[in-house]
Amino acid sequence: MNVSVALKWVDVGAAVDIPYQGARRVDTDLGAIAVFRTVDNEYYAVMDKCPHKGGPLSEGIVHGRHIACPLHNWSFSLENGEAVGADAGKGCTPTVPLKIEDDRILLGLR
Amino acid sequence: MAFNADTPPKPRIVVIGAGMAGGRIVEEILKRDAHRFDVSIIGAEDCATYDRIQLSPVLAGEKTFEDIVTHSQAWYDTNGVKTHFGCWVQSINKDGRYVTLHDGVTIAYDYLILATGSDPIRLPLPGADLPGVVAFRDLHDVDIMQKAAEKGGEAIVIGGGLLGLEAAYGLAKRGMKATVIHLMDVLMERQLDEAAGRLLEKALLERGVNSVLNAHSEAIVGDSHVEGLKLKDGRIIPASLLVMAVGIRPHVEPAKAAGLLVERGIVVDDQMRTSDAHIFAVGECVQHRGTCYGLVAPIWDMCRTLADVLTEKNVDAAYLGSELATRLKVSGVDLYSAGQFNGGEGCEDIVFRDPARGVYKRIVVKENKLVGTVLFGEAADGAWYFDLIKKAESISDIRDTLIFGQSVTEALAGVDPNAAVAAWPDDTEVCGCNGVTKGTVVEAICAGADNLDKVRGCTKASASCGSCTGIVEQLLKVTLGDAFKAQTGPKPMCKCTEHGHQHVRQVIVEQQLKTMPDVMQALKWETPDGCSSCRPALNYYLLCAWPREYKDDPRSRFVNERNHANIQKDGTYSVVPRMWGGVTSAKELRAIADVCDKYEVPMVKVTGGQRLDLFGVKKADLPAVWADLNAAGMVSGHAYAKALRTVKTCVGSEWCRFGTQDSTGLGIKLEQDTWGSWMPHKFKMAVSGCPRNCAEATIKDFGVICVDSGYELHVGGNAGIHLRGTDLLCKVTTEVEALEYSMAFVQLYREDAWYLERTAPWIERVGLEFVKTQLFDDETRTDLKARFMESQAVFQVDPWAEHAPKSEPAKVFSPLADLREGVTQNHITEQA
Repeated sequence: MNVSVALKWVDVGAAVDIPYQGARRVDTDLGAIAVFRTVDNEYYAVMDKCPHKGGPLSEGIVHGRHIACPLHNWSFSLENGEAVGADAGKGCTPTVPLKIEDDRILLGLR
Repeated sequence: MAFNADTPPKPRIVVIGAGMAGGRIVEEILKRDAHRFDVSIIGAEDCATYDRIQLSPVLAGEKTFEDIVTHSQAWYDTNGVKTHFGCWVQSINKDGRYVTLHDGVTIAYDYLILATGSDPIRLPLPGADLPGVVAFRDLHDVDIMQKAAEKGGEAIVIGGGLLGLEAAYGLAKRGMKATVIHLMDVLMERQLDEAAGRLLEKALLERGVNSVLNAHSEAIVGDSHVEGLKLKDGRIIPASLLVMAVGIRPHVEPAKAAGLLVERGIVVDDQMRTSDAHIFAVGECVQHRGTCYGLVAPIWDMCRTLADVLTEKNVDAAYLGSELATRLKVSGVDLYSAGQFNGGEGCEDIVFRDPARGVYKRIVVKENKLVGTVLFGEAADGAWYFDLIKKAESISDIRDTLIFGQSVTEALAGVDPNAAVAAWPDDTEVCGCNGVTKGTVVEAICAGADNLDKVRGCTKASASCGSCTGIVEQLLKVTLGDAFKAQTGPKPMCKCTEHGHQHVRQVIVEQQLKTMPDVMQALKWETPDGCSSCRPALNYYLLCAWPREYKDDPRSRFVNERNHANIQKDGTYSVVPRMWGGVTSAKELRAIADVCDKYEVPMVKVTGGQRLDLFGVKKADLPAVWADLNAAGMVSGHAYAKALRTVKTCVGSEWCRFGTQDSTGLGIKLEQDTWGSWMPHKFKMAVSGCPRNCAEATIKDFGVICVDSGYELHVGGNAGIHLRGTDLLCKVTTEVEALEYSMAFVQLYREDAWYLERTAPWIERVGLEFVKTQLFDDETRTDLKARFMESQAVFQVDPWAEHAPKSEPAKVFSPLADLREGVTQNHITEQA
């Protein structure tokens, strides 16, 4: 398959370092990335910056496949980064490719 | 189908007045026949139709204007109704059958409907035209009142009827000191007997509304703006706002000018027809069989009748007058009256009183029929009694239990509680605010509205004051059977559940649920792990109920309580060390100064609670900052938590020449007793050493004012969005008692209030009497204190010390990885 821009898969840490219903931050030159683990043990990564007022999403409450921003409680889908609920359609935070291999978290960076 | 010249033009209906009656008649006509008429509506206010009776909650800040719109411009547009808002009628030409608007535009009609409503009566007192004197009738009035309330000060409302009291309550709620001036010796004397009137007076006083009865107004005083009201007995009551709510008068001028028969109101027959066969009238402008109505239920009855007649759905429909029931819209005051309640020849009374709960119920029976009722403090059965009054059937069989209400009566009679509702005819009115009948509700349920919110959404039943919620739920049960899941609270906690806070708390204790998944399971949560609204609430309810057994869940706490610091808009944190009672020392100040230098803290701010707040601390530095402050003997100030924040004190008898007691010492003790306890919301205390009250104790959740003979204890104050002064709880003579009461009060608040409900709205909801009853009972108070200390044994720990020194747990405060150029080198596994 042709991928227009090759991804670099970068090991950022152990899967167990992120608590259930929790998040950790990864700093990069393109801005911070928030890495989440849901109650069902799924992992997601999005840019750690709320499109509303720039709040750190990694400090929010994880519920289902959603994250609520700690500053003003906007909620986002972790699957596609879109705002959901009362603020649906108002903004989107970019998602970051993520995979788990050998209990390590790999982020797909360009 | 294209326009066909043979199609006769539709008959034209023109409605004058776009208030509640105007909007309703249009809706009733369209509901019966959406295509038969060409409908236009003319309204003087610049906006579409709103629910005028809900202006009181708007004034009180409990609803917004958007909440009370019943027929929006969009609704009229969608339904093909031509609107002329912001227009008034200059004349009606009944022979030519057209009306002329203020701008000269003429509109022809086949049928004209007058829904011109009423005007507020303005007393012709000297000074009545001063700025600051208003009526309470439309949005414009509410706007003036809200603006006046922003400045605070004192307000007078002339008129102690329904409208006047709601206005006074709304102003008090917005922070004004409100006084009601009433001519008679009982408030709402047309709806209440004396006993209920006195209870109401007391309940209003607790909510900041003072009543002056038997008061004759003489003149409004002031030079360029109202400054007060002078009474006939010479008293002058100061006020910067004066509201006249002494009654209404039908607005009949356009009808009169057109030559229609007008007495007090526009005279109509039983089919709402005026003296001109093509002109009808509905609402408050009408005089029917000698009576003018000022309440909403008759308006709905009139509109239904007229719509039946005009659409020929029932050409014999007749309006025969209305039985009246009244419900007061003041939060936490449950009051209902209907029918004849002040006795008379052949009437017998059945009375029930429960002073502890502030309940008074009276039903009046005449010739074995229920003819009237007054309910205070517990009015849920109002609609049931009202229905019995309207039915006028013999109550001999249920007389023994009648006073205990519907559920008791029907349970003892072996009746299914829903059977009565099931047996109601379809045209029984369920929702008085919005004029919705049982038939309409059942139709909506059958069409798929299978819960309360959906029924509210499509019929508006129970969407205004909410007092018919129980009946709508019964209809859901009757119609859907087992498929209906009861909504237990007036408002669900969040979208994950149909249950309200009260019910959830109750079930946690009753069913001994001790983990969050257990609660979600038992109460059928609709999401796998809740949301950011319910999880913090459940976490609190569980740790409050089971301090020893429940394991606190940091993942269900807001960021501040997880990171033990206050997040700022740029993602940095602020740190507040505890300074007991607002007292500090050179050693502490030195340690704080060192921290500021070492971690480059950009700002130090003195807070309103007598603490120092260090702003701009980076998350990764938090554990080290805490370790340094801990080393100087300081602990977390919990300035970020739903917990005890601060105890503010003045210097008291130790230094102050006016001080009566050691206020600083008491403040420190209070803080040492209560710090670290999680609460429904933040909690602030203060101790003032004398009634000069330098520590501002009367705007705190718990405030102490020292006096020579002891300590006054005040509760429920709040300087937030809505300023609320405290209520005096009691006076005690010793410091030990003051401390005991403080702990018992905190525990009562912890156990009873809803999450994110501060003491001020909590006390408004449950009433000061409830708090007093609990705390004045020696056994209850001792138990509350004991449970509080039990909880403190677990939770009075310094979160800083827990997270600070050992490098291992502090790791979670740092990023998982840092991939920035030149920082660290992570392993790059492969290229995809």
